[in-house]
Amino acid sequence: MNAPAGEPILLTHELCRQFVRGDEPPVKALDGISIQVRSRALTALVGPDGAGKTTLLRIAAGLLLPDSGQMHVLGLDAAKEPQRIQDRISYMPQRFGLYEDLTVSENVDLYADLHGVTPAQRAQRYPRLMEMTALEPFRDRLAGRLSGGMKQKLGLACTLVRSPELLLLDEPTVGVDPLSRKELWAIVRTLVDEQGLTVLLSTSYLDEAEHCGQVIVLHHGRVLAQGEPAGISAAAADRVYLASPPTNRSARAWQAQLLDEPGVVDAVPDGGRVRIVLSEKAELAHDPLQGPALGSVSATPAAPRFEDGFMVLLRRQAEHERAAKIALQHPLETHAGETAVHVRDLVRRFGAFTAVNHVNFEVKRGGLFGLLGPNGAGKTTTFRMLCGLLPASGGELRVAGADVRQSRAEARARLGYVAQKFSLYGPLSVVENLEFFASAYGLRGAQKRERVQWAMSQFELEAHAREPSIQLPGGYKQRLAMAAALLHEPEILFLDEPTSGADPLARRAFWRRITALAEQGVTVIVTTHFMQEAEYCDRIAIMDAGQILAQGAPGDIRRAAATTDQPEPTMEDAFIRVVEQARARGTGAQQAGAAA
Amino acid sequence: MLDALLRIIALTRKELLAVLKDRRARMSLLVPPIVQGLVFGYAATYDLNHVPYAVLDQSRSAASRQLLAALDGSGVFERIADIQRTDDIRDLIDSRKALLVVQIAQDFERRLASGQGATLQVIADGRNSNTAATASGYVNSAVAAFNARWQLDHALPGPVVHITNRAWFNPNLETRWNMLPGMIGTLTLIQTMMLTAMSVAREREQGTFDQLLVTPFRPYEIMAGKALPSMLVGLVQATGVLLVAQLWFRIPFEGSLFTLYTGLLFFLLAAVGMGLLLSSIAATMQQAMLYSLLLIMPFSLLSGLTTPLSNMPGILQYFTALNPLRYAIDIARRVYLEGVGLSVVTGDLWPLALIAAVTLTAASWMFTNRMQ
Amino acid sequence: MNASADTRLTKTARLARLRAKAARVRALIVKETRQIVRDPSSVAIGIILPVILILLFGFGLSLDVKNVPLAVDLEDSSFEAGELLASLQLSPYFHTRVTRSMPAAQELMLTGRADGIVRIPGDFARQVHAGNAAIELVMHGGDANRARIIQGYVAGAVGAWAARQAAEGRAMTAGPVSVQTRLWFNDANDSHYFLVPGLIVLVMTLIGGLLTAMVMAREWERGTLESLFVTPVRSDEILLGKTVPYFLLGMIGLVLCVLSAKFLFHVPLRGTLPVLLAASTLYVLVALGIGLVISSAVKNQLVASQLVMLVTFMPAFMLSGFLFDLRSMPMAIRLITFGLPARYYVALLQTVFLAGDVWRVIIPNAAVLGVMAALLALGSRAASRKRLL
Repeated sequence: MNAPAGEPILLTHELCRQFVRGDEPPVKALDGISIQVRSRALTALVGPDGAGKTTLLRIAAGLLLPDSGQMHVLGLDAAKEPQRIQDRISYMPQRFGLYEDLTVSENVDLYADLHGVTPAQRAQRYPRLMEMTALEPFRDRLAGRLSGGMKQKLGLACTLVRSPELLLLDEPTVGVDPLSRKELWAIVRTLVDEQGLTVLLSTSYLDEAEHCGQVIVLHHGRVLAQGEPAGISAAAADRVYLASPPTNRSARAWQAQLLDEPGVVDAVPDGGRVRIVLSEKAELAHDPLQGPALGSVSATPAAPRFEDGFMVLLRRQAEHERAAKIALQHPLETHAGETAVHVRDLVRRFGAFTAVNHVNFEVKRGGLFGLLGPNGAGKTTTFRMLCGLLPASGGELRVAGADVRQSRAEARARLGYVAQKFSLYGPLSVVENLEFFASAYGLRGAQKRERVQWAMSQFELEAHAREPSIQLPGGYKQRLAMAAALLHEPEILFLDEPTSGADPLARRAFWRRITALAEQGVTVIVTTHFMQEAEYCDRIAIMDAGQILAQGAPGDIRRAAATTDQPEPTMEDAFIRVVEQARARGTGAQQAGAAA
Repeated sequence: MLDALLRIIALTRKELLAVLKDRRARMSLLVPPIVQGLVFGYAATYDLNHVPYAVLDQSRSAASRQLLAALDGSGVFERIADIQRTDDIRDLIDSRKALLVVQIAQDFERRLASGQGATLQVIADGRNSNTAATASGYVNSAVAAFNARWQLDHALPGPVVHITNRAWFNPNLETRWNMLPGMIGTLTLIQTMMLTAMSVAREREQGTFDQLLVTPFRPYEIMAGKALPSMLVGLVQATGVLLVAQLWFRIPFEGSLFTLYTGLLFFLLAAVGMGLLLSSIAATMQQAMLYSLLLIMPFSLLSGLTTPLSNMPGILQYFTALNPLRYAIDIARRVYLEGVGLSVVTGDLWPLALIAAVTLTAASWMFTNRMQ
Repeated sequence: MNASADTRLTKTARLARLRAKAARVRALIVKETRQIVRDPSSVAIGIILPVILILLFGFGLSLDVKNVPLAVDLEDSSFEAGELLASLQLSPYFHTRVTRSMPAAQELMLTGRADGIVRIPGDFARQVHAGNAAIELVMHGGDANRARIIQGYVAGAVGAWAARQAAEGRAMTAGPVSVQTRLWFNDANDSHYFLVPGLIVLVMTLIGGLLTAMVMAREWERGTLESLFVTPVRSDEILLGKTVPYFLLGMIGLVLCVLSAKFLFHVPLRGTLPVLLAASTLYVLVALGIGLVISSAVKNQLVASQLVMLVTFMPAFMLSGFLFDLRSMPMAIRLITFGLPARYYVALLQTVFLAGDVWRVIIPNAAVLGVMAALLALGSRAASRKRLL
């Protein structure tokens, strides 16, 4: 029983909600949100982590109460009558809690039972559901044994055991491999187009927003913009250019420099060139970018993307973090051409399951290397072996000249590691954390004091020196983690998914710092599931299901994946192409079977 | 070597900082042992100071009244009923209103006067045989006092044999004196083992363990850095219970503090070793908690704290050889009450050292090899 | 759909609602059962663990005083002294070792080979004929409880000897009054009779709380509750779906413990089985309720398990009355015990096993447990509303 198209199915007015969590200062998740969601359409809630997307969805689902303001769903007040709403909608949380000990069909049947779906209705619905999600051959497999993408699809299936009046999806595609992402989107769009379903989903992938009927952009709990995606992209109309860097500069270095320019809103590497968004409509004919530091530039205007419009809006609102360049205290000896990391035939098995299957790659000193792949590809496992956190089952592994498998301690002294989640000691203050890790690396006395001072000033932590680390604002935590990893002047820095879920501004600031470090000779190795960030790297390796499917410079990989249909594929397209080819070759299919 | 030592010191410092900075953690370290020491110190006693009893006095003579006065005046017995018929006995005992019923036959005074000797019938609620035996023991003492008085008053020849009772180390035979020294070890064990077991698990879950492993810290250094603060905390807690025993319950301390604390040190080493071994096995904090609970239960019940070790069947006595608490209780009791020196308790010290060595080595090995 | 304000439902509508509710609860119970079967850790905790613990503790804990090693310092080799010694040796409670000097006997006690010394002085026979003999009993105060009981037994042995002397006509009076004690309910004077029922209580308390704490924590941890909430399921249905399977598991464990008590430890069951089962049902509900309330309210498995431990194990051990008599505790402590469900169940079990169906004890204790179970049910309902924060 769906409402006629056009009427708002969800309506909020000045919705506010804050969280107080233990020792941390209160966080304003939602700060006066007023939005409308139309029925029979696909609406996307866009924004980075902490924007308030999950909170909004949870309030809509009746799982949280707002502090003030109203939320009306299907004409009902979500604060007063949550159960009635829950009877009529479906909700898939970010980490859909599948019962891992139950099979696929048992999970679906459970939800069907709970929603009171009669056997007749099931007989009618199931076949279509299984076909859409491609789970038919896996009906009797335990949910715990499915791959990440399949789990998300199963979660979706459980929410669709009957046709809800509103479908809420919280980041259904986060960390999922690009192929599955495409498939999930296809399913959702089919539902909207064919069955007139109303869907509200949240995502931090800005490019996904372009395919939706309506977009709501959230930032720090406020609505940045509401409307059709084209409208938001239009904010950057006539300001976007694609430019090739001058011949003596790398795209990356040039892009970093551009970000510092006052007239530039955004600069990101894009397919070997740099995509520049200017703060004012300008015509490049007047060469505003030409200046003694920049050299002459050839730029072509480009159609604005959603992300470009988003950045323009962001810069208007937010104080942007002009990140300082990190300057090393003692310059690293340059050994250009020397191998920093050498991996040959690396294998890691967990019982019968092979997580890393004969992986080979090399990283030269001073290079920026990216390990790309979806969740479950084996990137984290490989990473942990490189850092000495996990013993390898087989193969050769040399880091900074030391054999990691034999003398782990020696290798460790030369590398720094920043984990995905903040993993320093919360109750300890900034200074106490730095001092502890300095001692851990054997720094003493005057040297220790010097290094701690360097860390605090380079990363601008002085203002928060005595605060317990758990109370630092988000960006500062990351800075502290990086500072702690650099205290002992390592040759190699490992960063595990450093930009996952981060605000686009924070992401740019991060890459700025990393680029500066790489310029000074630090070897940097990064993992990420954001394909477009590959452009920042010198070389990348694409991993899927425990194997490296392609490696090389980003440009080379993209060119290799070019077809007549797609002469200029994006990194994501290239990834999909590579994976499809690998799977078609059969090795991929085998691995998919083993991984699942 | 110096490097390793400095790293261990740094880690110890960090652990103590982390614990002491959190107010809730500070409280939960000191308050529970002291509170438990007080509560259980009062509760854990086999001595009876309140025995409700009933009387079926069919004699109603001066003699019987004198006997009953001896009971009532003992300060332990409380007469709750004077019954008239034997049928009422059942009701009082069954419903637990009375722990004992004292029955005096009609010819009580006559038999006493004639020198034949009379019998006092006591019916006790045997649902707890230990309590019953203790209570009837009190009755016996009261009766013996009555006998002595009676003989004096009536110039009769005294009982030919009387027994003088003396007790070593615990002159008044107060069971509390046995319990509290035992509590020193028990309460400390619970906190120390659980805390140590969970500390590594917590680091793993929060991700800080990885950060630690990536530094030059060797696994045994990490263990030492976790063991030392736990031991320090354990010593503080043990001292708390010791003070409760000495200052609040005023149980005189006969031995030397040096011996006691040496014993405690060995004990804590063993307890911390077990905690670390558990935390190397447990993948989550919940598992760590579960495993430590599963060990603490048999350890505390089968330690000799409440029931004597000698009553256990042989196999179980061998099992207690693995129980560090058993040794701690033995050391504490003997040093506290008997005042023995180090040489005497070496029999308890070397098993503790062995347990510590084995568990710490095993934990170290597990850490190195099971990093996932 | 018109959000009608008509609150009076027709009978058919009500019936349909009830049927839907039942279907949902059934689905949840089926799900929970499947999880239990496929992840045996719950079975291990609910059934195997209690039995192991009962066996361990049942055999390990004993307060019986039997075969006490007693040193007899026999300084007089007269006939009378010999007869007294024989009386001690014949007693089933003692295992005597004779020495000829006090230092030798003291050495035995110091090295732990004797728990007491009976000193028969050198002029014992002469004292006896003079009509005023004294013997000395020295106890090791290390275990005062045991010492006192031993004192009683020694007095008994001496008294028996004196009575035999009097019976044989030698003018030996025992005291004017002698005491004859009969122990009701426990003629075998076996401490297992009261320890094992108490241990059953202890174990079931812990298991009940632990099981549910783990179970709820696991759901919160894995995020399965969040998805479950946004369905027509109500919070009381979720609770029922959780409690029923774990209740059955707990009852199976309990029955096994009771069977071990009866057949392994020979604790007599003088009451009737239905009463025992009814009382146990109430208690298992209370134990589960405690676990549910704590874990639903706290949502943090670390704190939940710590609380469970604090609130159940040590108090149940020390303050439930199965080991230490509650009547002898100071008022303040006794007040605490009134809030402990274990205390009521101990009273129930000890009575049902050893005394029989004594309604004057059973009804009040069962009533308290019933009230506790009801309050906990309400509490867990309130604590587990379908809210995330």
